[in-house]
Amino acid sequence: MRSALVIAAKDLRQRARDRSVYVFAIVAPLGLAAIFGFVFNPISDADFTATFAVANVDRGPLAAPLVDGVLGGLAEDGNVRLVEATSAEEATRLVEGDGERADQDVDAAIIIPAEFSARVQTGRPAELRVVQNVNSTLASTLALAIVQEYARQLDYVQGAVTTLGSLDPTRLADAAAIAQRAGATPSPVSVRDVSATVKQLDNTTFYTAGLASFFLFFTVTFGVNSLLEERHAGTLSRLLAAPLPKWSIVLGKAITSFGLGLVSMLILIVATSFILGADWGNPVGVALLVVAATASAIGVMAMVSALARTSEQGAVFTSIAAVVLGILGGTFFPISQAGGVLASLRFVAPHAWFLQGLGDLAGGSIGDTVPAIAALLGFAAVTSGIAVPLLQRRLNP
Amino acid sequence: MKFRINRFDRRRIVWRSPFHVAGYHGAASRSGNSDTDQDQPVLECRDLRKSFGELTAVDGVSFRIAAGETYGLLGPNGAGKTTSISMAVGLMQRDGGQVLVDGEPLDPGTTGLKAKIGLVPQDIAIYPDLTARENLRFFGRLYDMPRAKLRGRADEVLEIIGLGDRADDRADTFSGGMKRRLNIGIGLLHAPRLLVLDEPTVGVDPQSRNAILESIEQLGSEGLAVLYTTHYMEEAERLCDRIGIIDRGQIKAEGTRRELAQIVRENDRVRLSATGSLHAGAEAIGRIDGVQQVDVVDGGIDVLVEQAGKSLMALLSALDEASVSITGVEIDEPNLEAVFLHLTGRSLRD
Ligand SMILES: Nc1ncnc2c1ncn2[C@@H]1O[C@H](COP(=O)(O)OP(=O)(O)O)[C@@H](O)[C@H]1O
Ligand SMILES: [Mg+2]
Repeated sequence: MRSALVIAAKDLRQRARDRSVYVFAIVAPLGLAAIFGFVFNPISDADFTATFAVANVDRGPLAAPLVDGVLGGLAEDGNVRLVEATSAEEATRLVEGDGERADQDVDAAIIIPAEFSARVQTGRPAELRVVQNVNSTLASTLALAIVQEYARQLDYVQGAVTTLGSLDPTRLADAAAIAQRAGATPSPVSVRDVSATVKQLDNTTFYTAGLASFFLFFTVTFGVNSLLEERHAGTLSRLLAAPLPKWSIVLGKAITSFGLGLVSMLILIVATSFILGADWGNPVGVALLVVAATASAIGVMAMVSALARTSEQGAVFTSIAAVVLGILGGTFFPISQAGGVLASLRFVAPHAWFLQGLGDLAGGSIGDTVPAIAALLGFAAVTSGIAVPLLQRRLNP
Repeated sequence: MKFRINRFDRRRIVWRSPFHVAGYHGAASRSGNSDTDQDQPVLECRDLRKSFGELTAVDGVSFRIAAGETYGLLGPNGAGKTTSISMAVGLMQRDGGQVLVDGEPLDPGTTGLKAKIGLVPQDIAIYPDLTARENLRFFGRLYDMPRAKLRGRADEVLEIIGLGDRADDRADTFSGGMKRRLNIGIGLLHAPRLLVLDEPTVGVDPQSRNAILESIEQLGSEGLAVLYTTHYMEEAERLCDRIGIIDRGQIKAEGTRRELAQIVRENDRVRLSATGSLHAGAEAIGRIDGVQQVDVVDGGIDVLVEQAGKSLMALLSALDEASVSITGVEIDEPNLEAVFLHLTGRSLRD
């Protein structure tokens, strides 16, 4: 144990002299958080509203479920504001013509062309159009998702209609009724779920926390990969020749990684609170989440690093893992708002649990973070359980 | 000095000097003397074996090193020197054999015993982003040296390796020779009983190299057991009390420099720069025991003699009697390069 601490102290001294650590651990996340928070001013905070221009040129029976049912429902919940447009051109202009109606930036236009219902009902190709505003990625993606989901359900209904039609042509007229049912099925895009998970975290905090966790996975690799670096530099031979058990070398590296992770998170939390006005929440809860997240980051990265043979490989493997998991975990954009598979898939990344835990903490108490902390510690336990024996076996000159 | 030839197997002939046999294997025959510490080797390796896949890197290497003795493993690149010493210091798991340090078995998992060994790896193993002093202090703490003692000892070692004035500079600002010296300093720091140096002068300028060799000579004379690997014949000749010639994972022959030289059964060459009646002198010399051949050359006499050291006095007095005045003596003994060539049919520098 003593030698593990000696090794960790040496490592931290080395890292303190390494500029790239500061970049990954502090400068990059802080800078990006500032950019995300101020410049793009994204829409994931509590007052999330998307403004859609709707041009219902069709006015047919299959347009109504989308306009009145799906979109109307979202409007009632206050998540979406609808602006009526009389033609496709007007709707498009509303999206593109920024400043024309400056009071209401329109995020996307949803256009239901003439004859849409008729074409669907008679089995001819029909289209729904979405015009996205390039400046509001998230809200316009939402519009696209809503419309795609509606179209998918129509497809399904249409399929059913065709089948039915071949059996009993008289029921063809019921197509509209079936479409009505499609519109009435639970909202295709689970915006409501989003509100429950991330809504409680304000905009700035969400992005800051996401970026902090994203870079946390890079920061800990400076400790994790240093085992490979020591081997590359030949100093591992000296450690192995010294009178200390092998496990204390691995433990030393774990302590180094923990130190790096915790210090960088502490600096980020303090700095973003003061500079960016982020509100991380109850300090004890945040501390518990940070410790658990750091442990999970070390475990996951150690496991990935243990698969590498050289320090170059180690750096590449861990970078890829950090980026993929970070994106999956929703650190760059609130993937939970995309709905569907992606929203659930994010929980394969510890990042998502960390953000979830912070959201739970903001909306409740420390007790509410238990599932997130448990999940993070589970990640840590499983991955380090795999990594430690692998790393011990790698401990030769 | 006579040699005994032990035939271990058809491929391998091991030469051992009688001194060697008496000194170590004779323990049982010594009459009741229980002072084993005196004779117990600091390091004993028995029949070390290691293969990497198909390749047998070390194939039954055995040697012993006593306190105060400098033992050299001389062999070309790829001979198995690094692999042998990696097993000897407990860095590498071995496929077979035994390592005893002060009579106690050493394995990769052993911890306490490793403190008796100082290792100087072949590849420079220092932290470039730490200063020389920080490098020393870190390893000192790993060897559990008390802080106060460590501080003094670090200064001492910095002086030994000639880095006193650069102690607080980062190692990445050092020249190759300085890094090499720091590499050695780290191995010395905790005052080990056994210092193991793996080709410590590779890639070093002649001046640094000389400084390194001098400090190792000094250490050997201070009672440290030294295991020194090299592929430089001159270094082995200069530093080592005994030398094991290693090739293809086997120790082909072992002994003092002179004992090894005997293997090739080549005579020493003595060149006497002289003036006077050289032919008379040459005739007188020819009658001396052990002299094989005498040639009068321009400005002197060339003598081939079995052992220059033994016959030199007789040579000089014979010349004196023949009224030849001597202005210089140069002795050329068969070198280890020749021995290696004789044993393996190849040159050391292949
Ligand atoms: N880790 C290893 N994996 C595979 N082969 C190795 C390894 N280490 C050494 N060898 C091989 O074993 C032989 C002996 O190597 P080494 O002990 O380094 O020789 P030396 O130190 O005398 O130059 C060489 O052929 C070398 O290529
Ligand atoms: Mg070598």
